[in-house]
Amino acid sequence: MSASNDQSPLQHLLTAEPDVVTVGAELFADALRDQGVAVTPVEWRPPVGRTQEALATVVGDPRRDEANATALHRMLSAGAELVDVLPAAEALDLQPGSFLHAGPPLTVERASGPMLGALMGAVLFERLEDDAEAAERALREGRTSSGVAITLDPCHHHRAVGPMAGVVSPSMWVFVLRDPVHGGTAFCSLNEGLGNVLRYGAYGPEVIERLQWMSRVLGPLLQLAVRRRAAGAGPIDVKAIVGQMLQMGDEGHNRNRAGTMMLVRELVPELMDAADQLPEGLGLGDVADVVRFCNGNDHFFLNLVMPACKLAMDAARDVPGSTLVTVMARNGTDFGIQVSGTGDEWFTGPASVPDGLYLGDYGPDDANPDIGDSAITETGGIGGMAMAAAPAIVRFVGGEVGDALAATRAMYEITLGEHPAYQVPILGFRGTPSGIDVTAVVRTGVLPNINTGIAGKVAGTGQVGAGLVSPPTECFTDAIEALAKAVPAS
Amino acid sequence: MSTGTTHIETRTGVYADSVTLMQISKRLAALEGITAAQVAMGTPLNIEVLEGMGLPAPVGTGPNDLVVALRALDDAARDRALAELASALTVTASSAGLDGGDPPPRRTASALERAAQASGGSTGTPLVVVSVPGDSAFVEAHDAVTAGSNVVVFSDNVPVEQEIALKDEAARRGVLVMGPDCGTAVVSGVGVGFANVVAPGRVSLVAASGTGAQHLMALLDAAGIGVRHCLGIGGRDMSAAVGGRSASQALRALAADPSTDLVVVVSKPPDADVAARLRAEADELGVDVVWALLGFGQPDLTTAAGQVVEHLGLPAVTWPTWGTDASTRPSAPALRGLFVGGTLCDEAMVIAAESLGEVRSNIPLRPEWALDVDGAGRWDAGDAHTMVDFGDDRLTEGRPHPMIDPTLREERLLREADDPCVGVLLLDVVLGHGSHPDPAATLAPAISDALRRGGDRGLAVVVSLTGTKGDPQGLERQAAALAAAGATVHLSNAEAARHAVQLVPDAVPRKNTATDEPTGGAR
Repeated sequence: MSASNDQSPLQHLLTAEPDVVTVGAELFADALRDQGVAVTPVEWRPPVGRTQEALATVVGDPRRDEANATALHRMLSAGAELVDVLPAAEALDLQPGSFLHAGPPLTVERASGPMLGALMGAVLFERLEDDAEAAERALREGRTSSGVAITLDPCHHHRAVGPMAGVVSPSMWVFVLRDPVHGGTAFCSLNEGLGNVLRYGAYGPEVIERLQWMSRVLGPLLQLAVRRRAAGAGPIDVKAIVGQMLQMGDEGHNRNRAGTMMLVRELVPELMDAADQLPEGLGLGDVADVVRFCNGNDHFFLNLVMPACKLAMDAARDVPGSTLVTVMARNGTDFGIQVSGTGDEWFTGPASVPDGLYLGDYGPDDANPDIGDSAITETGGIGGMAMAAAPAIVRFVGGEVGDALAATRAMYEITLGEHPAYQVPILGFRGTPSGIDVTAVVRTGVLPNINTGIAGKVAGTGQVGAGLVSPPTECFTDAIEALAKAVPAS
Repeated sequence: MSTGTTHIETRTGVYADSVTLMQISKRLAALEGITAAQVAMGTPLNIEVLEGMGLPAPVGTGPNDLVVALRALDDAARDRALAELASALTVTASSAGLDGGDPPPRRTASALERAAQASGGSTGTPLVVVSVPGDSAFVEAHDAVTAGSNVVVFSDNVPVEQEIALKDEAARRGVLVMGPDCGTAVVSGVGVGFANVVAPGRVSLVAASGTGAQHLMALLDAAGIGVRHCLGIGGRDMSAAVGGRSASQALRALAADPSTDLVVVVSKPPDADVAARLRAEADELGVDVVWALLGFGQPDLTTAAGQVVEHLGLPAVTWPTWGTDASTRPSAPALRGLFVGGTLCDEAMVIAAESLGEVRSNIPLRPEWALDVDGAGRWDAGDAHTMVDFGDDRLTEGRPHPMIDPTLREERLLREADDPCVGVLLLDVVLGHGSHPDPAATLAPAISDALRRGGDRGLAVVVSLTGTKGDPQGLERQAAALAAAGATVHLSNAEAARHAVQLVPDAVPRKNTATDEPTGGAR
């Protein structure tokens, strides 16, 4: 209780002239001001959709406050250490013909261009078919010409995350991160760089060749460096780097430049020390290629930020009564969220086309709807939520620095807390807005800010731009109805 | 391919970040006569993009070179684009960075969190006043209660199970829920909602009735008695369902308040068991209480005010009146009450029914006296005695309360004046914060008009005026204007009602109905 002098709040009310918070008709605020009372008006609007009844049920759920405090504490206290790099077949027990993808569950029939393109590329990369046409046919029929069954499953169903199309196949390598606090594990593919890359739906020969090099050279050398580091100085503390990158102009989603440099700086000495223990067939030239590749890709670290956030959000899962959002993810067709209090249930709506800037001749007509698991960064309190840390990003939509600050400030209205490790210098090192609360989103209509890359809608195109996007409101209105149903009858 | 002109150049020693360059490219491409434009640093990706556009960068272009590639319909368009580029590149970073600060809070919870952060917990939590639509009131009020704030819920149409849940939570946390449907509260001299300006004193009210509380405070003010607190508890608090949850809390808090000497509990007809329980609780607490619980055979508000005067050992009060009815004797039979205050209407109906029997109403004392009044304030009661509460939910849907917007009642006033059955009109006027800033401004001319129209049958207008000396509208000024229009004005609603009843020709007291218990079922 915050009333002073050991009084109950009611006794306090009867002994001191109160400050007043008003919510509703302005008349009351005016009448109080006329009496010289300090008034803070709430800028209230009716909730989104016809959700009043469900909101009242959920807000009145006696479990909610403690459940949200528990979920938030787990989220904010989760650690993230880079412990290994492994082939997906080994790390995720992925069988030939099994593919993971970004976002909520999806069938090939409903897949967008970039998702289909990425899956085709993965089929070619796994040498299940020889050409694009055959790859597409195999995907549509659910079976390759040689009889291998093809299955699709969301990354999120395997404690994994993947940017953009997020396609993971057995021969691709993945980062393995561990949360030393709660014991969780999370996985993410290795970042291919920009331009024509699989995750944007490109599947041309250069894409497949790069993926082959990544499996043959990049994965094994990163594994060597990461294992050496873990055995020596201890595993690389990804959460600490994320905290630092936010103070260096990155927001951890569309800008990962400082984070990438900090990672490379950790890896290079390990690779140099290991010069005489390189895997069979790899030489110093390959080491140089790996360093050059990581260094030349400003988004290389994104694929470590994402699983770090995934660990935090998995720690916050499955707290009965909690309205904290644990997943926001898109598959290029649907946007889906999951909520702590409703476990694995997806709440989906149509993914929208981001508002952004386009490369070259491309324009909004070329853009695919929102795609990728990378919104796990916003779910974890960074990315678009931490826009103020990276003012350069807001200019993707023609905004100014002030807009970046306003974007982050607006997010505190829909989040349960502030991140103690992720801070925004320009806001006086205030913690980033963390733990999106379904009730707050539905009450205010304020949607989470998400920064994102934009994929071309035609399979094989690749990246066409970058910008900002919001989830569809029905994810949140459906979630509040489900949360209300889950409240035990009193 | 177009037949226009292509321009590709490399500039060294020029750098701009990729976002700025994307914006510039977009600007150039939008110019008339430009079919393609790409201004970018010569990174491998950008060179690839340029090739894809059919605008290959010169061999040897590196990541630190700026590439300008344009396709234009003609040379003039190209030159315009290059000029535009020059100006775009010379515009240095704008002076942006101005920070508007935190946006306004959008939820009660966030407003209270900010208040707590700002005060560092050094002061009490703010009082919260909720007036959102009823289906959203619980959520905002719940924010207040869980943050340890007392809350006034002005909103009506809050489901009763939500009211109960809210009040139970509040009791656990030691805060008070004033409402829902709480029209009036005065805490430590601050009036919330519709509230009159009262002098500080040592009498506190617990009020399950907004206008009832206002009326009592006005009478006490006239008697020179100040008010310490008026804790509204909502019109439904003393029903069987809610069981006096807030009333009990308020009573206990006031019993512990060293500056409250006497408590007045005012309510529309309460549930008998709840009233009995509360009386027992007051006895147990040893707190002095004057009970003003309306109903047949119960003391009216004026009587209760008199009891307060007596309790404080002050001389008996003659309640002020303004204007006279001199020789007015109406010849038409019907009494019509047009009210803005529900409790004032209730009280007048109890008094009228004691003498006149049946009083038809949209808030009837007995279910069989119900009158169908539509949302536009229309009804047909024939020649029956009738009293209508214009503040009832059905008449306030989508429009302000009649204490703020007098239109509907004034329209009806003139219709009644034209009705040959009507001999006496009884009106209430409620002053104070939140009410219309000058109700007499339109009501006085309407009364003059009505008296003129009904002059041939001796139409009389009686007004019950609830207000205090300190009210912003000016009690004396309002009374004088209404009296000048020809109305007889009473500060006491009960006296106004009795006066109106006396004016009714052939008023026959029907003793058999007067002592019947009210059923109150239609409320």
